[in-house]
Amino acid sequence: MKNTTNKAFRLTLHMTALSVLLLLLAVFSSLLLFSLPSMKSLGWGFYTGRLWNPFTNEFGVLPFVFGTLATSFLALLMTVPSSLALSLLLGEYSREGGVASFLNSLIDLLAGIPSVIYGFWGMLVLIPLVRKVEEALRVPPFGVGIFTASLVLAIMILPYSASLGREVLKLVPQEQKEAAYALGATRYEVLRRVSIPYARSGIFAGFLLSLGRALGETMAVTMLIGNANILPGGIFSPGNTMASVIANEFSEATDPLYVASLIQVALVLFLLTTLINLLGKRLIRRGL
Amino acid sequence: MKMRTLFTILSLLLLVGSGLNAQNKELLGAGATFPYPLYSKMFDVYNAKTGVKVNYQAIGSGGGIKQLIGKTVAFGGTDAPMTESEMKEASGEVVHIPMALGAVVITYNLPGNPELKMTPDVLADIFLGVITKWSDPRLKRLNPQVSLPDLPITVVHRSDGSGTTFVFSEYLGKVSSFWYNKVGVGKSLNWPVGLGGKGNPGVAGYVKQMPGAVGYVELTYALQNGMPVAVVKNKSGNFIKPTAESASQAANIAIPQNTRVSLTDTVAPKGYPIASFTWIILYREMKEGKMTKNQAAELVKLLGWMVKEGQQYAQPLHYSPLPKKAVQAAENVIKSLTFEGKKI
Repeated sequence: MKNTTNKAFRLTLHMTALSVLLLLLAVFSSLLLFSLPSMKSLGWGFYTGRLWNPFTNEFGVLPFVFGTLATSFLALLMTVPSSLALSLLLGEYSREGGVASFLNSLIDLLAGIPSVIYGFWGMLVLIPLVRKVEEALRVPPFGVGIFTASLVLAIMILPYSASLGREVLKLVPQEQKEAAYALGATRYEVLRRVSIPYARSGIFAGFLLSLGRALGETMAVTMLIGNANILPGGIFSPGNTMASVIANEFSEATDPLYVASLIQVALVLFLLTTLINLLGKRLIRRGL
Repeated sequence: MKMRTLFTILSLLLLVGSGLNAQNKELLGAGATFPYPLYSKMFDVYNAKTGVKVNYQAIGSGGGIKQLIGKTVAFGGTDAPMTESEMKEASGEVVHIPMALGAVVITYNLPGNPELKMTPDVLADIFLGVITKWSDPRLKRLNPQVSLPDLPITVVHRSDGSGTTFVFSEYLGKVSSFWYNKVGVGKSLNWPVGLGGKGNPGVAGYVKQMPGAVGYVELTYALQNGMPVAVVKNKSGNFIKPTAESASQAANIAIPQNTRVSLTDTVAPKGYPIASFTWIILYREMKEGKMTKNQAAELVKLLGWMVKEGQQYAQPLHYSPLPKKAVQAAENVIKSLTFEGKKI
């Protein structure tokens, strides 16, 4: 009897794990299937085209791929310093106590705020600020664009890398650190030479998680990027991302080729996210 | 045990029975978001009066058309008439019944927000990016009483696919062949200049925040929010201020039997030139729409009520009611509806 329960439990676990895999496969294959019409009719032009014109049925994904990559990596770049600082502070310097638990709950809170609220905040607060900066820099003061979207994304993805970094730093064996102290290392030296090298792949995995979140973020980006379907000319230029163009245009698209093209945009986003994740995992496995 | 099974079966039967009963008094529709506040008011009043419940999902015009073609709803709602290719996709003949009018207004952010006059060619050139400054001589000549600042013009358009964009671009395509060839007509466009805001609030938000911005929003939205709007010259040469009344006037023309008529650049002398009907669409042969005979009869009654008595609810909500000729045309379409080939 006990054995059967055991077997049944194991079977359930396997089935559940398998169903996730199947679901992923189903998403991929339906994206592939529904984008066939646009693949057939647009061919490679879809990947190299800079024009997105539903009126003439010309669809090129390049501006959106560029917009997605630009905002995501810019956001990652902006988030790395603060995320690293937070991880080190909470994983090494003040692990417990009032300040730590206060900061920890703040980070959790940051992760729990819906993205539309980030978008609103960005519209009301960031846009006027960015406009002032742009005026000072003598670029067209739109207030919206790649830069503004990246800034909000940076804040949104911060909790993911910060909390993972914190946890892996806490896992650094106390013996190793004590050994370093015994050799006369300062606290900074212990961090530099013991803790960070030990936790390196975990910290990197946190950034990867953040990046993945940035690649797919839709609502906040839509509200702040300016939704111009062009290749952006600079970081203050308006642009658009893949997730954002799908959210904007899918519900009103009726022409079959138009719908198929939007689904193909989703396919490209899916593949790009997978690719970046695989590359990142490889880097982690190699120990960087 | 047996008693319980019996009980279950009985209660299941009861549930199915009551469901069927309710179905006759319940109608399902989906589509345009623009008329949604008006429709929900109408359906509310109608429900209180007759007990007929209408469930309308505001998922957008494109969605309404898709659902009608997919036969998941009894009727759809759309701001842009169905295209020929969409009509072909449907398994039966689809009819359009106008329910109210909407208008697209030009709004802007200028010091003091004066009332500006616009002509079709100036409007097209602003949105094409040909006129780039508010101090442009053509704008100055049109508005001698306003001191226009030397500000760059920032164009704001809709980023989401929208019937509003369709109506606006259709107007510009009619008044400017250059616009038609370069940009075209549609719910989403390849805009030559400017930024995209999501929905009316998105466009309005950008315009309010950016000195020198110009955008287009629905008349109802502009009126509710007290936004500055431009007066536009119509085909007869009159400068018309956009109001619920002047948008209604745009439909004061000979309306074809199928009511699938574009009202932009209207020939009506008092009509605001960027106006459009919003339609309810359904299969002429109502059985195609997966309705029972009772449901079809209820829907016909409802539609007849909406284009007549229902019109009184338009103006308080800033919608433009159908003028008499349009009501007549709508009633003729409703009369032509059939169930299994017979008139209802």
